[in-house]
Formats: sequence, structure tokens, C-alpha cells
Amino acid sequence: MDRLRRAFLAPGVVTLSLLFVAPLAIILLYSFQSRGVYGGVAPEFTGDNYSRIADGLYGAIFLRTFVLAGVATVGCLLLGFPLALFISRAGKRRNLYLQLVMLPFWSSFLVRTYAWMVLLRDTGLINTALTGLGLIREPLPLLYNDGAVFVGLVYGYLPFVVLPLYATLERLDKSLTEAAADLGASPWQTLIRVIVPLCAPGFRAAAVLVFIPCLGAYLTPDLLGGGKTVMAGNLIQNQFTTARDWPFGSAVALVLMLLSLVLLVVWMRTQSEDAL
Amino acid sequence: MPAVLELRRVSKHFASHAAVDDVSLSVETGAFYGLLGPSGCGKTTTLRMIAGFESATSGDVLLDGARINHLRPYQRPVSTVFQNYALFPHLTARGNVEFGLRQARTAADEMARRVGEVFDLVHLSGKEDRYPHQLSGGERQRVALARSLVLRPKLLLLDEPLSALDPNLRKQVRAELKALQRQVGITFVFVTHDQEEALSLSDEIAVMHAGRLEQAGSPEDLYVRPCTRFVASFLGEVNWVHGIGVRPESTHISRVAPGNGARLVRGTVERSTFLGNRLHIAARTESGETVVTEVARPDAGFHPGEQVYLWWQPQDELAGLR
Repeated sequence: MDRLRRAFLAPGVVTLSLLFVAPLAIILLYSFQSRGVYGGVAPEFTGDNYSRIADGLYGAIFLRTFVLAGVATVGCLLLGFPLALFISRAGKRRNLYLQLVMLPFWSSFLVRTYAWMVLLRDTGLINTALTGLGLIREPLPLLYNDGAVFVGLVYGYLPFVVLPLYATLERLDKSLTEAAADLGASPWQTLIRVIVPLCAPGFRAAAVLVFIPCLGAYLTPDLLGGGKTVMAGNLIQNQFTTARDWPFGSAVALVLMLLSLVLLVVWMRTQSEDAL
Repeated sequence: MPAVLELRRVSKHFASHAAVDDVSLSVETGAFYGLLGPSGCGKTTTLRMIAGFESATSGDVLLDGARINHLRPYQRPVSTVFQNYALFPHLTARGNVEFGLRQARTAADEMARRVGEVFDLVHLSGKEDRYPHQLSGGERQRVALARSLVLRPKLLLLDEPLSALDPNLRKQVRAELKALQRQVGITFVFVTHDQEEALSLSDEIAVMHAGRLEQAGSPEDLYVRPCTRFVASFLGEVNWVHGIGVRPESTHISRVAPGNGARLVRGTVERSTFLGNRLHIAARTESGETVVTEVARPDAGFHPGEQVYLWWQPQDELAGLR
């Protein structure tokens, strides 16, 4: 039995070691070396890469990244919870609606982000429609700003919120909502006083599933932020491409990872204490 | 006593079948009323229609003479103790009990007083700040009772109130439940599939079978004068001889024929079981029907294969059964 268990464990362990632990070790190593002349690294040990991050400029980028990711997470939860609630009560149509939530995954994320550009740009659908209706004269600045990045992030990660919240709602004991109604709570009061508090684990799972990937997002801020809205992901990408500073890019990547890890652990601690 | 609850020709049809079919009954104020029947007989659906979780397909539900069919559960002065108690796991015992009072916007001092009283009533003082998972099954049930009673409902509905409890605890809780009902004077309507539970708790019982009301009446009435074969056999054992029903305790056994005008059949002892203070005997009549009876003198003998007379008085026959 033990041998069988180990046999099942092996593929996962091997894959993770090769594709996750090993690259991480390489990044760690790079982050303490100097930049090579044409990219790559020079075999020279230094801690400079980390001291550079403490620079105010980069601090601002980190702060912006965390704020944007946090706001996008809240936006996802606010939009996703009513949707999950609706689907969990949709009876026979539940599976259809879940399929629809998953539908965007059938096309490339890049294509979908470009589609948002088509919607938001000055000559895009929204501005054209509003101008056509005579509601505005000048096109609204919808694209290439924090708002556009926010919209893109919320759009991209909404399904990741809907699914765990749906699973939590689905497991909710129906007699609890009946008990609330029985004790005089209207449907709205039942939602606030019973359903939402009992969905706390779902909210927590959903928040993590959105917040962490949002921290590392680079495609959305790159395309919809138009270079003005730089998040940590773009900073890292730039170091490895245009700036050709692999060691600094590695250091930024590791600091971002470490910060989100610390934040996650601290937050989980406080949450699990609150739970009971 | 006036009726606090009345069902008039109430039916509930689901897509494929009628869960409740043309049920009429009336519950007196202050009564402990039992809805008894096997699983799937419609008793729980009936209870849910009274609470407002299901709406009647036809017929009227009346509370204090007023039709309440259209009222939502949270608009009905009726409270339910759920089978699994349905305590809110994120609230303490006190939080659970305060839930309904907060909905009713009860003033803080009155809330504190009523919550204190009800915790006393169910003997849970000192455990107000425990969460449901920190309480035993019996304590959880008492929180559920307290949560409903604190609202002083016109009607307390209990769905299989003893089924989630440890079997050793049931008899004790049964007695406590009955005492509690007498003390608070609120009308209790409860659902059960256990005939002993129904007989011991209820002032009046409605026996349901396949969605229909078979018979309603006092426990004695139902046991001694059942109207249907179903009621007769659901409420206790019956010996069926030539289509006539006799309770085992009214059936006698002897080696010589009695001469007192009793009805009698001849039979052979099949099994005799020593139970300490009595002897349980199963005999087979000449026409092949099994008859059981008990003899108070365990030393009376009656061994398998022995020829005996089985007899009873005509007035003990369950007559006129449908």
C-alpha cells in the first residue's frame, strides 16, 4: 500500500521539482549575480539587485500592484457573489450557467484582452455609441489608465471567483436558510445574516485565487494600461526583455513572491481566528 | 377549546404524485399534536405547509381562524424545530436564540430578559456562549427549542424531534419535552414515524398513509378503536384471524377450551420465548395464521408442538375496519 501511494506521488513530485523548484532555484541564484552585457548573467556575486528595489520608484510600483490587485479582488467578489448565488438557485439550468461562466476559457486570454481594447478605445464601441447618441462630444478616456486595467483584471478573474463561491453555496445546508426565514428573517436579511457569513471560507478561497495571480499580471496592464500603468509583472518582464537585466528581474520576481506569501500567511492567520 | 390550527382539504401535488391528498384536521389550542405515519406518507410535507416552506396546491391553512396560505414563512407566527436542528454554526447559543428577537427589533433590555428566561427554561444557563459544535446533541436540541420558544409562537412545529438523539436519551428527552410543552402552554405539532413516541407524547394523533389522513383522535381512541386496518397495525401488533383483528394482550392461550362465551380457535405452539417476568408465545392456527400472545406466568410451560386453544372476548375484537 505504501509503495503504491509513493508511486502515485512520484509523477507530481518529479514534475513540480523540474518545473517549479528548479527554475525557482535558478532565479534565486541569478538574483545574486551581476547583469551580463548582452542579457544573461555575469558570474559575480552581489546583493545590489535587492538594495535597488528599496528605491522609491520601485516601491511605488509594488504599492500600485498591491492596491490594484486588491481593488480588482474586491470587484471580482462583489460581482461574482450575486452571480454564484443566482446560479446556485437556478435549478436545472445550473450546469448551463456554469458552462457559460467557463466559456471565455475556450478562447485565448490575449484575444479577449484585445477585444476589450476594441470596446474601450476612443473610436471603440462604447465611445462611438455614446457620441452617436449625443451624450458626449469628446470620446471618454476609457483606455490606457488604471480604470481599464481594473476592468481587464476583474473581467479576467471573475470565473475564478464564481466557481469557489458557487461550490460553497451549493454545500450550504438548505435548512439553515429555512430556519432564518422561520425566525422572521426576510430573504434579504437571511442573505446578510446567514448566507454571507457562512460563505466566509468560499470568499477566502476566491480572494486568494484572484489576488495572487493579479499581483503577477503583466498582459492586462501592458495592453490596457498602455505602459502608463506599470505593475510589478511589467517591471519583471521589462528587465528580462528590453532592459536586459536578468539579475534585477529575478530579484524583483522573488521579492514579489515573498511579499505575497507573507501577506497571505498573515491574512490566513487572522481569518482562521475570526472564523470561530 | 378553540382550534389554533385548521387544515381544510389541503393537498400538495408535486410533478409526479400527490404528496398530501385532501387532508383536513384541526388542532386545539394548547395541545400536543402528533402527525404519525411511515416515511413518505406526507407528514413532513404537511408540516412544511404549516410552516410556509411549501405552498398548498389546494385547500386552506388557517391559523386562529384566518387563512395564512399566502404568508411567507417569515410572516407566520409559527416556529419550527428542524430535524437536524439547523442551528447557525457561526453564532453562539445566545446568538442563535437572539436571532429571531433581533429580526423583531426587540429592545435590548427586553431581549436580555427573555433570552435569560428561555435559557433557564431549557436548563442551558451557563452555556450561552458555546458554539453549536461545542454542544452535545441534546443541548443542541434545547438551543433549537429555546430559539423558537423565545419568540412565543402560536404554534411550535417539531420535525422528528427525537430522531437525531442517542437512543438511550430519547425516553428522557420525551418526558422533558412533554413537561416543557405543559409548562409553556404553546401548541406543539410534531411529526414522527415512531408509534410509541406518538402515543406517549400526543394529546391527539393524526395517522397518515400514502398522502391521506387515515384517522385522527386521542391515542386511546386510535389504539382501541382504529377505523382502518392500517391504523390498527401501525399503532401496535394485531393478530389477524379469519380477517378479524385482536390485540395480542387481548388474546389468551389455554390447554382447555374456555366456557365463557369467548371466540376461540385451535392452534399449535410454534415458539415460546422466556422473557423473565413473562412468556412470549407464537402459535399457528389450524387455518395457518400466526397468533402471538404473552403469558404472565413464565412457568406455565407451553412448549413447541403443543396443542392449545387461542381465545378472546368478542368485545376485544377490532371491529368494522376498512
